[in-house]
Amino acid sequence: MSFGLTRVDLPEGDATREAFGDALAEVGANDERVVVVDGDVHNSTFTGKFGERFPERFFNAGIAESNMVGIASGLAACGKIPVAASFSTFLMSNAYDQIRMSVAFPNQNVKLVGTHAGISIGEDGPSQMAIEDVALACALPGFTVIVPADGISAAAATRAMIAREGPTFLRCGRPKVPQIYSSEDQFHIGKANTLREGDDVTLIANGIMVAMALDAAEGLAAAGIEARVIDMHTVKPVDVGAIERAANETRGIVVAEEHLAFGGLGSIVSMVVSERRPTRMAFVDVGDTYATSGPPDDLLRQYGLTPDAIVDAATRVLKD
Amino acid sequence: MPDLQRPRSDDLDAVAARLRHHIVTSTTAAGSGHPSTSLSMVEIIAVLYRGGVLRYDPSDPVNPNRDRFILSKGHGAPALYAVLAEAGYLDASELTELRKMGSRLEGHPNMCRVPGVEASTGSLGQGLSIGVGHALGLRLDGSDARVYVMVGDGESEQGQVWEAAMFAGNHSLSNLTLIVDRNGNQQTGPVDEIQPLSPLEDKFEAFHWAVRTIDGHSLNEVQEAFEWARSVGDRPQVVIANTIKGKGVSFLEERQSSYHGKPLNEDQAAIALEEIGASV
Ligand SMILES: Cc1ncc(C[n+]2csc(CCOP(=O)(O)OP(=O)(O)O)c2C)c(N)n1
Ligand SMILES: [Mg+2]
Repeated sequence: MSFGLTRVDLPEGDATREAFGDALAEVGANDERVVVVDGDVHNSTFTGKFGERFPERFFNAGIAESNMVGIASGLAACGKIPVAASFSTFLMSNAYDQIRMSVAFPNQNVKLVGTHAGISIGEDGPSQMAIEDVALACALPGFTVIVPADGISAAAATRAMIAREGPTFLRCGRPKVPQIYSSEDQFHIGKANTLREGDDVTLIANGIMVAMALDAAEGLAAAGIEARVIDMHTVKPVDVGAIERAANETRGIVVAEEHLAFGGLGSIVSMVVSERRPTRMAFVDVGDTYATSGPPDDLLRQYGLTPDAIVDAATRVLKD
Repeated sequence: MPDLQRPRSDDLDAVAARLRHHIVTSTTAAGSGHPSTSLSMVEIIAVLYRGGVLRYDPSDPVNPNRDRFILSKGHGAPALYAVLAEAGYLDASELTELRKMGSRLEGHPNMCRVPGVEASTGSLGQGLSIGVGHALGLRLDGSDARVYVMVGDGESEQGQVWEAAMFAGNHSLSNLTLIVDRNGNQQTGPVDEIQPLSPLEDKFEAFHWAVRTIDGHSLNEVQEAFEWARSVGDRPQVVIANTIKGKGVSFLEERQSSYHGKPLNEDQAAIALEEIGASV
């Protein structure tokens, strides 16, 4: 996959789902409390790597997401750190009431991991594409919501969420993605990473849109516009300071995410901006529609998730 | 760790009468709630908490080796709060704070606020899955503690109950006991007219559960059923308790299918308390 990148040269790295699966197996070796609940998709979510090493702490609940989440809640009440993983749409949409009642409301230390998020899953089509999941997760009081951009940060996020008490949603994707970070880079839940400095406009992105924002920044630079690029991997609790600084120090903000327009990163950044420091904003997202089947790069182009779309949005923002 | 006891009262009839008394007074004071739902489960929870079944210590409510009782039919909260008072987790004088502003005794049980409440419930169908999680966690820890879950018969229409039942049978969770409070009625009418469950015994057997059906108002039968459940050893057990919705209050028993979620007014409560005849 190219992700529409033409101006930056990023090496291909692991898919975020696979990096999660590897990191989970690693964490599981060091912490006996980690238990995995699967919904018959461990070969897709890569929790199978944990299952192979720790079969006594791995439960395949079958195709029964509601029950999966309830079991995870009971395990958490016994002091375990349950990780319930499935395709993000089946987990977040099929079991939403269970997530609300059995995890969020009683504030249980359950880790929900949704893979195959977004439209970049491609040919499997819209029934399998989670594009509402971030909004659903962010709506839950007390939830931490993380959308990593590459394999290295997905692995770091996996370790960080296990180490940190509280209900968490980690969103991973299907395809291999450009590698942005090196293993020396820092990852802290709730703290955005500024990947490029710039004073004209700020590009805030997460997931696969981070690489596209870096590419867009190169394009803008060629036109004499210096763009700041922020990886807002934690959508909730969002890094208010980073947003406020961007609003103060640059002339506008573009938010890019592989999600519906409503209730995701764009909505949350706009809330902060409108309260702290109103500024011009523009949004690059899936809009208000379901996608279709097709090759991932073609879908991303069709639904406007490209570096050029980010360049256009930034140009709009800067126009008086 | 101090040994956990299985508290035992020598007068369970009196315990049951007190629970009924508190169910009526707390819901009448609240002006809302589900007295008839709560009255049908009285003997079962009386035996669990005061008949030497559950192992617990109210001064150490999160002891990892405690037995757990999860009230999946969370609208039976008035009964749960009453038995938690009986067991020493709450003071009985607090029960009439039910559903009031500022009270931790919310309309449905909240595990974050009330010691002894093992799961926050109120959206029907979820408690058995949570119980399965507890049973797995206890098994992983090598604990011999047991998990008891109560569902309603109407609640048993939820698919998640059967997802959990299938999982528990498949994993031979012998430390898990389910009680079905089979009072024959749900919110809008009789279960048999809405979505009949029969043959319920066969359904659980097909899911590899050990099954026993009892009169859920006979203290002896309830006691024996829990002894039986503990002795099964190789699979989860379900006690199907045939009960009467509103048991102990004549005019509720007579109108079982039309009294769901209705508290008694002061006059009705006075008659009900006289019929119940508890000494509190
Ligand atoms: C998921 C869900 N749907 C609907 C309700 C509303 N509701 C509350 S009690 C009830 C009937 C429950 O019947 P049953 O399980 O038989 O309990 P009973 O009151 O008879 O003990 C309903 C439909 C709910 N609480 N949860
Ligand atoms: Mg009923």
